[in-house]
Amino acid sequence: MNRREFMTSAAAMAIFSTPARAEDTPGISASEIKIGQTMPYSGPASAYGVIGRTELAYFKMINEQGGVNGRKINLISLDDGYSPPKTIEQARRLVEQEQVAFLWQCLGTPSCLAIRQYCNERKVPQLMCSTGSSALDDPEHFPWTSPANPIYQNEARIYARYILKEFPNAKIAVLSQNDGFGKDYLKGLKDVLGAEHAGMIVKEATYETSEPTVDSQVVTLQGSGADVFIIAATPKFAAQAIRKSYDLGWSATRIVSNVSISVTAVLKPAGLDKSKDLVAAQWGKDPSDPRWKDDPGMKEWGAFADKNLTHAAFFDQNAQYGYGNAVALIEILKSCGDDLSRANILKQTTHLSGLELPTLLPGVLLKTKPGSYSAIRQMQLSKFDGASWQLFGELIEA
Amino acid sequence: MASRLAWGLAVVFAASAPFWMSGYHLYQGAQVLIYAIALLGLNLLTGYNGQLSLGHGAFFAIGGYGASILIVKLGLPYYVAIPLASAVCFVAGFLFGFPALRFGGLYLALATFALAVATPQLLAFKRLDFLTGGSEGLHVPKPGPLLGLPLSVDQSVYWLCLAVAIALFAIAANLLRGRVGRALVAIRDHPIAAESMGVDAALYKTICFGISAFYAGVAGGLDAIAVGFVSPESFGLALSLAFLVGIVIGGLASLGGVIFGALFIEFVPNYADQLTVYFGENAKALPGAVYGVMMIAMMAVAPMGIAGLFRSLAQRLRKA
Amino acid sequence: MVELLHQLSSGLALGGVYAITALALVMIFQATQLVNFAQGEMAMFSTYVAWALLQNGWNYWPAFAFTVALSFVGGVVIERAIVRPFAHAPILASVIVFIGLGFIFNALAGFFFGYTVQSFDTPFNGRPWFGAKFMSAHESGAIVVSLIVLALVFAFFRFTPLGLAMRAAAQNPASARLVGVRVGWMLALGWGLAAAIGAIAGMMAAPIVYLDPNMMGGILLYAFAGAVLGGIDNPWGAVLGGFTVGVVENLLGAYVVGTEVKLSVALIIIVGVLVAKPSGLFGRRIVARV
Repeated sequence: MNRREFMTSAAAMAIFSTPARAEDTPGISASEIKIGQTMPYSGPASAYGVIGRTELAYFKMINEQGGVNGRKINLISLDDGYSPPKTIEQARRLVEQEQVAFLWQCLGTPSCLAIRQYCNERKVPQLMCSTGSSALDDPEHFPWTSPANPIYQNEARIYARYILKEFPNAKIAVLSQNDGFGKDYLKGLKDVLGAEHAGMIVKEATYETSEPTVDSQVVTLQGSGADVFIIAATPKFAAQAIRKSYDLGWSATRIVSNVSISVTAVLKPAGLDKSKDLVAAQWGKDPSDPRWKDDPGMKEWGAFADKNLTHAAFFDQNAQYGYGNAVALIEILKSCGDDLSRANILKQTTHLSGLELPTLLPGVLLKTKPGSYSAIRQMQLSKFDGASWQLFGELIEA
Repeated sequence: MASRLAWGLAVVFAASAPFWMSGYHLYQGAQVLIYAIALLGLNLLTGYNGQLSLGHGAFFAIGGYGASILIVKLGLPYYVAIPLASAVCFVAGFLFGFPALRFGGLYLALATFALAVATPQLLAFKRLDFLTGGSEGLHVPKPGPLLGLPLSVDQSVYWLCLAVAIALFAIAANLLRGRVGRALVAIRDHPIAAESMGVDAALYKTICFGISAFYAGVAGGLDAIAVGFVSPESFGLALSLAFLVGIVIGGLASLGGVIFGALFIEFVPNYADQLTVYFGENAKALPGAVYGVMMIAMMAVAPMGIAGLFRSLAQRLRKA
Repeated sequence: MVELLHQLSSGLALGGVYAITALALVMIFQATQLVNFAQGEMAMFSTYVAWALLQNGWNYWPAFAFTVALSFVGGVVIERAIVRPFAHAPILASVIVFIGLGFIFNALAGFFFGYTVQSFDTPFNGRPWFGAKFMSAHESGAIVVSLIVLALVFAFFRFTPLGLAMRAAAQNPASARLVGVRVGWMLALGWGLAAAIGAIAGMMAAPIVYLDPNMMGGILLYAFAGAVLGGIDNPWGAVLGGFTVGVVENLLGAYVVGTEVKLSVALIIIVGVLVAKPSGLFGRRIVARV
């Protein structure tokens, strides 16, 4: 057992309360916690840049209020243009030159995969990656890497179980993005359906993000005669698919992946009447839902957005996502107390036992379980009634 | 003479870098060298031979993926894998050169532009997942120390890239100085006159395409081991456009320009991002715009590229 | 059969958008022999202008007209201020300027208007036309608009003195200058018209694909392919090429090769056609004199 492992296990047992001196960890001083991040501010995924901007604004506010235990949060967020070689360059700059304590919320599956090896070799925590790819939730091989989003496959499994229970004779058509995100969904579905029910999927179609529309794919999928339509697509393409399937008069039960459930960004453009009876799994609060008008958490988020961002940002699910994660990080850092060693920050992030966030549904808590660092594991199914999502059934543990 | 001195100094400077640069800067240095090799290939094709390619990222990708697959799936050492993958690139480029013969500038622009757009989805093609790792890409193990010397990985990779770059630059310089170079330029400037002088334009053009793709392939292979990872997102349209930006801003038909171009596409996007920091969080949305402005400004200052700027400065000095 | 009709009609509707965008490319190509890679981003930005006007309570047609006019002025200004200085630089310098312009418009749109997908109004509301169930009113409208734009462009070049002057300036600048055509302004005019036509393309595309800063990326590639396929030197060819690409791409994806590689296959076919017929399907053969 070397010194660091000893320290870790000591902290874990919480017997010896001799916190690592702050100065031992790069990026941690008596007055500052330095954090690194890569974010696609330019390039094809720049829509997600608002996540980093929201987080920067949130930490600015926290710092004005005195920081965490007297330490200011210094988030250095660098553009990687969604190009993995650039992500590595920026991550190395953050770790080797800026000497950050850890990386946090780096965005994108390929980008996070590209720097995972590096972070784990150096034992630099790569925390709360902005992706739901199952590949990034592999603590056995990559103990220093944790994902922030619920795992796509877990969500897809919930849909598959729902279909098996409610529509045991369903014929399923799937539209998915031709990348890791779409493939994870397909995998989750097929895992649950198994060999026995594999024949239930009668048609699959994919799309590229460079395509103008998925209208043609939807026509093809309808032609298969399917009566359940699963839309594993990002907002623009999901809106197109919802509208087209309605316009075609296709009466299938439509399930849409959680990334595209925003009423403002997806269902309104698709048409609220055309979105009626959509089914989706939920874990966050929808800002456009009047139900949360007086919810303290959402009021907090609204006030923050109005003051530090724009009013439109309040309805932007990416901005809301950034806000929720920034709140979570502050809570995690508080729970670290004065032991801001990398090992302890990792431990606090990956051993959550029920952290509540202002943006998550009541009852959905950040909880990790052994063998997985994914913290959001509870979801609830919901149906869209033409105005807002109506939750039904119990909270499901994935 | 002066240019020979400049090259010599540049090589000494570059070779000494690992003695005084940290790992992260060496990674950047290796990236610059890799880009320089790819840009050199593109410049042979576009600058010297006048064939436009908006899709050289595709050949870079073949080199990168080819080398990665040979290293990861067949367990070949990188010094075998990269030449093999680059040879594949030569063949691919040579074959691509045949239809390219038939169309003039515009169609070639379309065909190569299309190639650039299609590359990521071809790399993610489902039936090849067992080779390419699909959308999750492939992790490539880092090479061992160069020649068994006690070097860090970053130092090894950097010196390897430098050695390869010097060799490839020397070969290109030799080619261009002789008959081949004159033929390429003649085909670019006076195609019909060149043919009537007995230059086999079709042969030169297709071989030039092949060599150009070979250079891009070597760069792609080196990139795979320097980065240690390949995925479809690494080889998008942005990469192909960056190559084009690199050769034009560096200076068309100039070997030295390639170095400036590589420095530009490696560092200027970073500066664009840095610049936005001073204008608050919301300006973080603008590095793309800042980069665009820098590109146009650079062209306004140096329409013949940075190498052209130096040339005209030198001329003015000589006159003065 | 119904499915085939649906595939055809959605292909035609998108084809209409490609066709208008292709026309915008033709405008600049005719004048300068260059393809403006920023055309798509400029069109997207124009569409956001229209969207902002509609958000502020403007009616559709005034907003449409104002956007087209503003885009025209914007196109002229961009040509005079940014493109003109590179007239004597190598051609590729201009290409780099286009790429830079594309980056700038894309980032600015995201900065000012955000990346959230927006729906965009269409003037063609209500029931499908002619009782054709497989095509929405907007899709029919977009096709008609593309044909109207084509007719206007054609008439402009054929019958108006200004159009003739523009053609003269493009085909033989030296002689045109001698007979009093202000060649420089003709180029600016070409850019203005291209920007205006692009704005129309954007406003026809947005109701189909939704408005976001990356809206025109894919469309530009297909429009470029359509223009080259049809013959980029004449408006008819470009428009026919645009429609062809829209339909062929849909049919390939639905019935032949599947959705995963349809883009690649469509492009290979286009390149194949060009190898066989280098001047495009409907283009004139240009014989170069030595």
